[in-house]
Amino acid sequence: MVVDITLPAHIALLGNPNCGKTALFNLLTGSRQKVANYAGVTVERKEGTLHTASGRRVRVLDLPGAYSLNAISNDEAVTRDVVTGRSTELLPDLLVCVVDATNLRLHLRLVLEARRLGIPLLVAVNKSDRAERLGIRIDMNRLESELGVPVVRTVGVSVSGARELLARLDVPVSTAASSAWHAPDIHAVTHTQQEVHRIYEAVVTEPAVDHDPSDRIDRVLMHPWWGLLILTAVLFVIFIAVFSIGDVLAGGIEAGFGWLAGLLATRMDDGLLRGLLVEGVIGGVGGVLVFLPQILILFFFILALESSGYLPRAAFLLDRPMSKAGLSGRSFIPLLSSFACAIPGIMATRSITDRHARLTTILIAPLMACSARIPVYTLLVAALFPGEPFTATLIMVGLYALGVASAMAVAWVIQRGRRTRTPLLMELPSYEWPDVRSLLIGLWERAMIFLRRVGTIILALTIIMWALYTIPSPRAHADGSPMERSIAGEIGRGLEYVFRPIGFNEHIAIALVPGMAAREVVVSSLGLVYAMEGDADEVGAQLEERISAEWSLATKLSLLLWMVFAPQCISTFVAVKRETGSWKYMWLMGGYLFALAYLASLFTYQLTNALTA
Amino acid sequence: MNDQANEVQLDDLPLRHWAVIHTLRPAVAPADRELLLRLTELGFLPGERVRITAEGPGGREPLAVRVGHTTFALRRREASFILVRPHA
Repeated sequence: MVVDITLPAHIALLGNPNCGKTALFNLLTGSRQKVANYAGVTVERKEGTLHTASGRRVRVLDLPGAYSLNAISNDEAVTRDVVTGRSTELLPDLLVCVVDATNLRLHLRLVLEARRLGIPLLVAVNKSDRAERLGIRIDMNRLESELGVPVVRTVGVSVSGARELLARLDVPVSTAASSAWHAPDIHAVTHTQQEVHRIYEAVVTEPAVDHDPSDRIDRVLMHPWWGLLILTAVLFVIFIAVFSIGDVLAGGIEAGFGWLAGLLATRMDDGLLRGLLVEGVIGGVGGVLVFLPQILILFFFILALESSGYLPRAAFLLDRPMSKAGLSGRSFIPLLSSFACAIPGIMATRSITDRHARLTTILIAPLMACSARIPVYTLLVAALFPGEPFTATLIMVGLYALGVASAMAVAWVIQRGRRTRTPLLMELPSYEWPDVRSLLIGLWERAMIFLRRVGTIILALTIIMWALYTIPSPRAHADGSPMERSIAGEIGRGLEYVFRPIGFNEHIAIALVPGMAAREVVVSSLGLVYAMEGDADEVGAQLEERISAEWSLATKLSLLLWMVFAPQCISTFVAVKRETGSWKYMWLMGGYLFALAYLASLFTYQLTNALTA
Repeated sequence: MNDQANEVQLDDLPLRHWAVIHTLRPAVAPADRELLLRLTELGFLPGERVRITAEGPGGREPLAVRVGHTTFALRRREASFILVRPHA
């Protein structure tokens, strides 16, 4: 029989979670990456290109981390389907199985499982520098002969850490063929584990004393009381940083856009085009772009804490309180991400193995106050309590707390009567310093996702808003302000019937419409409907004045409550539809949020009116 | 005889005491069989040394269990399937 031999042109990285696979992928591909989704699921599909030692271009697919091909989560199912040829993905020419040198006992099993797939295999013993530091010695030649596949040493966090691997990719491999894969039973797994044990004993020499400091760190960070206290302090520091540092940077961006608007205003003739550019584009896009620092600071902390190994510990500490609401600690990381934006939060639910718990987490994710709500909250709170920064801060904290409390209440209602028997089985990896390259690439990805959104949906919405308010309605009377005569005014009067019982006038009603698509634009829309001019900063100050003077206390409170609960932006709806694979959950989420928002606002408005009358 | 008396469920093991896994309690329900399969895949095998490194706030759920070079968070129910012999 003739065996075809080729140079690998596209390879896939396979490995356990926490094997350092992502750092290695980032080292191999640098900025030559493309992040998308696998067909039909929101599991992130990361692909990039690398250059081998001889300079050949090779495509690399970073498969989701998997403990086993016998999948119990969405992540693992994607990985299984790709390597067994069940998906629409091309079968890789070569599978690079990444294992953690400090944890071969756990990671070798997946290598043995992958060896049966019929795809040429290469084993990358990653974090080999860390193993050396901990005194763990691995006989690489023996490992190669025991496994019967080539083995290379890698260090994902070092610039030259992939040299051996890149050289090895210039060696031809036989053609991949998918073989029929069957889920192993417990006897097969036990048998494989005995083989792992034998290889491990033959290959690895461990020091008599364990040098991993993780257990000692855990005695403090996972202490029942100290641990919770430290976690509270960590979360507190994150939010302080988001608001203080973020605010300074946001001020810089605002000033930049103000300068640009001023420049256009003086250089261009007054007319439709100038109005569109200054009020529509710069006012709208600039007003949204100011959140970029806040989003990035929040993600900086999340990424750093996740790669250091702390976030799973936080999830551990919060498992019991969250189980009261029918969830598990696994929901903590998605919900924390939702404070930046619900979409990455919803995507992070893919690691929750229990479908019911995962759906619940998705449904409550929008109740975490995302960064897009910050400007609306800030404006309203400042208008409610002018000159009282302390009270204003307290109310802000209260709004966040209200979101969290209602999320837990909603989860409790959904999970009511359902005794959760889902296993936790969550790895608490060794503590490590975050890899700077992976951190920067992660932040870059988040920034690009946000900027793409600003450049597309948000830009489009602000232009549409501007047009609706500029173009006169054919049915309008000749008298009245331009706003009242515009199409927007017409729509606002229509919506007023719905929103009157909760105290919203036509100006608020019309500003809320684009807010459903992207809630960041509520502030700039209010600026538009009140026909305000100037940069985002000036519009904010003028709005604050107008709102303080013109809206009743009841209306302001009612709108605040509305913003806590109101259905999230369209992008979130799309993410929910794609993630759950059904329209049902998308509408369920939209429906319950609308009902909650309307009832909360109605109650607040009517009660405040009754009390102040 | 002595061995039998010596055997406890992992969730009954005192905090930070080392023990050796003796066996996994057989499961009846399909979900539990899946659980045992995963525990085996993660390295909870007869002969492996284990210890509880931390308990959740309040001293109940969950447990942080060290096996080999890995620490896993398990609920007491999951840990109860693992029968261990504490070190003398």
